[in-house]
Amino acid sequence: MELLRSIFDLLFGSDPELRQIIAVTLRMSFFSTLLSSLIGIPLGVLLGANKFRGKAFVTRLVNTFLGLPPVVAGLIVLLLLSRSGPFGSLRLLYTVDAMVIAQLLLITPFIIAMTANLVGVNSMAINETLAGVGIGGVKRLKYFLLDFRVPFISIVLAGFGRSIAEVGAVQMVGGNVQYKTRVMTTAIMMQTNMGRFDFAITLGLILLLISFLVNSVVQHIQKVTADD
Amino acid sequence: MKSIKKIIVLSLILILLLSTFGCTQEPENKVLRMSTTTSVNDSGLMAYLQPVFEEATGYTLEITSAGTGAAIEKGRMGDADMLLVHSKSAEEEFIGEGFNEERLPFMYNFFVIVGPADDPAGVAGSATAAEAFQKIADSGALFISRGDSSGTHNKENAIWNSIELDPAGQPWYQSVGQGMGQTLTIADEQQAYTLSDKATFLAHEDSLAMHLEETDDMKNTYSMIIISADRFPESNVAGAQAFVDWIKTDQARQMIAEYGMSEYGEPLFFNQE
Repeated sequence: MELLRSIFDLLFGSDPELRQIIAVTLRMSFFSTLLSSLIGIPLGVLLGANKFRGKAFVTRLVNTFLGLPPVVAGLIVLLLLSRSGPFGSLRLLYTVDAMVIAQLLLITPFIIAMTANLVGVNSMAINETLAGVGIGGVKRLKYFLLDFRVPFISIVLAGFGRSIAEVGAVQMVGGNVQYKTRVMTTAIMMQTNMGRFDFAITLGLILLLISFLVNSVVQHIQKVTADD
Repeated sequence: MKSIKKIIVLSLILILLLSTFGCTQEPENKVLRMSTTTSVNDSGLMAYLQPVFEEATGYTLEITSAGTGAAIEKGRMGDADMLLVHSKSAEEEFIGEGFNEERLPFMYNFFVIVGPADDPAGVAGSATAAEAFQKIADSGALFISRGDSSGTHNKENAIWNSIELDPAGQPWYQSVGQGMGQTLTIADEQQAYTLSDKATFLAHEDSLAMHLEETDDMKNTYSMIIISADRFPESNVAGAQAFVDWIKTDQARQMIAEYGMSEYGEPLFFNQE
């Protein structure tokens, strides 16, 4: 009961650190998802809608990165941004920017793969039609982006879900610095290590809540388009 | 559909059977669950003592390690038979809750203040850690705090308290909520000061230098607490007592006194008199 009460207090009280953590988390996940989508969706369309030499190899490469463990992505970015690394002079380590960069490595392949998969299944007929009316090149890419905008939203939100739930990479390159790079997942780890389970569970509940909202939006979009 | 149900039921039965297997294999009360702190475990001391203790007493030692806050929490939840920790205030609070009557101090070492090799705040030569902390605060040099309620973090807070300075929120103060190793990595990257236990610092590879050690206000005492069977009847009190008795034998004391000599040329821990 005591646990429940302290969860309630934290959720509806005014713990400034809790709100700070949520804000940093949303900021990080927003930019990771935005940039990954801007890179990943066009590349995914190109990969899915076209036949070219080496397509199987590129697909395999993307799928390999899909299996990249977050801690490895974190390690790579850590070494790159470290004071003794090639980009050390940028002083990016232990900033939200570093966390976004590490997440790009994790989420972009995911978005490319999902997009390519989606477009690939449906591309044959569309390609024939477009070729029939003489549309090609950039215009064709535009057409795909427009035509698949609804399922793309699901993909983007799935990417957001990955970003917000990720812990290994952001812990390594973010450093879990209070008021600066502490996000929900790293805070949960830390609070659990400190034995403060009430705070950890509260954060877990908020994560679930955000995930629920994201899924509600996805479902709503899917329903609306099904009605069309 | 029927076959799927069958498979699920069968696998559930199998899991149940396997889990009882696991239980019968462990001889009752031959397992001693010790909850200790990362600094003890990461220094390698426990791995070094464990086989000798097990051979001498016939117990199997299961060690889990976490920051002192979490290590004590395991005792509170009945997930450990004894604690081996180093935070007097947290230990006394724990004892006050009725888990045992006493803490048993048995060894100590010293915290060290480490920082950039060129020592921008000039802490080297300070008489006390408090004086060194004051210099860091005055110079505005970056300081990384464990910030994880560990024994080291509690000691750091005690030192700030002794000069009546609350560093929280200061631009030169960063709280990272991580273990000693990661905190040293972050301090190295940012060229910042931090308070560390000596063993972890010596074992950690970085460009930081040790600027202050062995002042009275950086003494770090390790204690054992047996979890009373009054609170958790399944607590292996006999096993914990066997460890407490063993750690006081000449053999164990000599092992502790010698630990670290070959690798670092100095002992990492000293026996409490």
